[in-house]
Amino acid sequence: MAEYKPIRKVVSGNYAAAYAVKHARVQVVAAYPITPQTSIIEKIAEFIANGEADIQYVPVESEHSAMAATIGASATGARAFTATASQGLALMHEMLHWASGARLPIVMVEVNRALAPPWSVWDDQTDSLAQRDTGWMQFYAENNQEVYDGVLMAFKIAEQVNVPIMVIESAFILSHTYDVVEMIPQELVDEFLPPRKPLYTLTDFDNPKAIGALATPDDYYEFRYKLAKAHEEAKKIIKDVGKEFGERFGRDYSDMIEKYRTDDADFIFLGMGSLMGTVKEAVDRLRDEGYKVGAAKVRWFRPFPKEELYELAKKVDGIAVVDRNFSFGQEGILFTEAKGALYNTSARPLMKNYIVGLGGRDFTLNDVRKIAEDMKGLIERGELDEEVEWYHLKR
Amino acid sequence: MAESPFKADIERVQKEYSEKMTPGAIVYIPGSSVVNKTGSWRVFMPDFNRDKCVRCYLCYIYCPEPAIYLDEENYPVFDYDYCKGCGICANECPVDAIVMVRESK
Amino acid sequence: MEIPESVKKRLTLPAEEYFYAGHTACQGCGASLGLRYVLKAYGRKTIVTIPACCSTIIAGAWPYSTLDVPLFHTAFATTGAVISGIEAALKAMGYKVKGEDGVMVVGWAGDGGTADIGLQALSGFLERGHDAVYIMYDNEAYMNTGIQRSGSTPYGAWTTNTPGGKRHFLEKRHKKKVIDIVIAHEIPYAATASVAYPEDFIRKLKKARNIPGPSFIQLFAPCPTGWRSPTDKSIEIARLAVQTAYFPLFEYENGKYKINMPNPKKEPKPIEEFLKLQGRFKYMTKEDVQILQEWVNRQWEKLKKLAEVFG
Repeated sequence: MAEYKPIRKVVSGNYAAAYAVKHARVQVVAAYPITPQTSIIEKIAEFIANGEADIQYVPVESEHSAMAATIGASATGARAFTATASQGLALMHEMLHWASGARLPIVMVEVNRALAPPWSVWDDQTDSLAQRDTGWMQFYAENNQEVYDGVLMAFKIAEQVNVPIMVIESAFILSHTYDVVEMIPQELVDEFLPPRKPLYTLTDFDNPKAIGALATPDDYYEFRYKLAKAHEEAKKIIKDVGKEFGERFGRDYSDMIEKYRTDDADFIFLGMGSLMGTVKEAVDRLRDEGYKVGAAKVRWFRPFPKEELYELAKKVDGIAVVDRNFSFGQEGILFTEAKGALYNTSARPLMKNYIVGLGGRDFTLNDVRKIAEDMKGLIERGELDEEVEWYHLKR
Repeated sequence: MAESPFKADIERVQKEYSEKMTPGAIVYIPGSSVVNKTGSWRVFMPDFNRDKCVRCYLCYIYCPEPAIYLDEENYPVFDYDYCKGCGICANECPVDAIVMVRESK
Repeated sequence: MEIPESVKKRLTLPAEEYFYAGHTACQGCGASLGLRYVLKAYGRKTIVTIPACCSTIIAGAWPYSTLDVPLFHTAFATTGAVISGIEAALKAMGYKVKGEDGVMVVGWAGDGGTADIGLQALSGFLERGHDAVYIMYDNEAYMNTGIQRSGSTPYGAWTTNTPGGKRHFLEKRHKKKVIDIVIAHEIPYAATASVAYPEDFIRKLKKARNIPGPSFIQLFAPCPTGWRSPTDKSIEIARLAVQTAYFPLFEYENGKYKINMPNPKKEPKPIEEFLKLQGRFKYMTKEDVQILQEWVNRQWEKLKKLAEVFG
């Protein structure tokens, strides 16, 4: 193994994604432009134009076709990538099921953006969480470094379990904000991520395969079970790959939930994506003031790390679930998931859901402090005032 | 009379197919449809008069199954395992060497 | 199928068979015949993509396949996009695509999947210039879902959602000219073909193989079930569609039109010849027939003019 000397670049989250695509030696990119994803595909196009990347680029006419073309490329045997956001992801919905059902290890960067109407181009997780049941794995990045690392790990994981992966970043907060990203020299990426070995290809002309045929009620059920099992098995592979990544490159991803100062915490914040950067910073300040708080960042929403959540939940009195998303008629989506994951366990912390930051509303250190104060009071009184609070509401 | 060209394929499919639940529902034996004997659908069957046949092969060309193959003397043979009895062959035969008759089972 | 060499010479089609019996197409299905011809023309190094349509079923339910070539089943709207992705991947992986020894990437979609829900993806495929062949097998309605009208259903046709009845609720719009939409993209090669003229169809398929860029063939494929026609008349009906100039055979190659009618000198037969064999047209009044005839005449005159000016 060659010695790892990172290459530091100041890039946006989108450029971090594009560099990772280049370093992963992706062979086919099919994508359609949508704000705030565009600079990913622009950068990839630039790499191709400059001769820095050997990628077949298919400028499709819609996101539905973007996913369809990516599926065609992946089924043929190529390493394939696409990127989208919001409305585009919603338009892809049908084909997301196709990618997972056909067991294609596609990696897609999804830039979290609010769904219209009213029109919004800003951060909101409802778009990706609405794709929860498509059979895709979902990785939520907190910062630009995690976007870059996430894409590289995603290919390695997806190609082992034959399940597609969405690497998700926040609109503008990550996609267009520049930060230092430690990139990995190409030869070391190549060692970490060897060429894809497909489960099947469409180029096996001597032993032709048919993919995606109709299955009767006698068989369909078992194919679904296989996909369900693949998600379960992926948990170990995620941990192994995350650990290997840490050993090679110094950033460990073996935990599906990142724990930040949770060991002796009375209560924790549970959330996903870029807002957890704010939460972690707030935790430091709250700790200085004597609050015993921690942050738990759900990196992988699918498969859902319920074992890890239980280990956390059994040690705390309360969990403040911060959701930058909402399921109408119910509550924040992570909140539902977290409660559900703990139901059959002995862990019964007080749990409250804070709906924050929808459509890009700022979520600040001060907001975290207020939530902490609220949670502290609730835990002391030992009861909830309301289960779901629309935190920023102009009353 | 020559054997059905699909006979070997049927044996292969039956032998190889262990009902493996392949991830992604991959069908890995091409042409495995031959185990499905669609001849049972037939109501009318082609009755072939070899003496009239001029070996123009229109019946072979237009068979949608395909359920017509050729014998050693290059005359058409009707594969009743698969022939659904559509009657296109009889309709297209320029010399009326094929007539459709009600199947007696 | 093993065909003796002496016979191969006399056959007008390639003897090799990559389309196997045991499939579940209806009796007298034009689409299954069309797919058989496509595979005869292109042989083993062919990747077929099939969206939701009758051919999904014809090609086989798991674990069976009717095809002896790689096959990708896909969602209804995506044929044009999936073949684009396959072509791009083949190129990325270093395969030769199209040409005599190249891999043939074939999209095989019905008229609903082409004229309606798949039109956008088709347009994208054509406009981007991928080296693949898109074949629209045209049976003039959504047959797999149970005979509902599509953009390609002709004027006066009964379908299950244009059911005739007291208020004479039949298809009131003329057939969408998908081939004209395709030609508007100025692709290198587009053609119409018919299952009744397999030699012409296979010649066109082979031409498409050797012309770089996207090719499109609209194949007329009768459906006895949906057309309420006798199963043995499929070829006869397809032949009459050509002879009445309802579905004329022609090619568009690098900007030039060429009509390929079997008897170029003959005037087209009256449209009734084509209509009378099919139950789907039995609700048409004399006026309806006249309206359809005028449409046919108009299209035919236009085509002849195009061939004359851009021949």
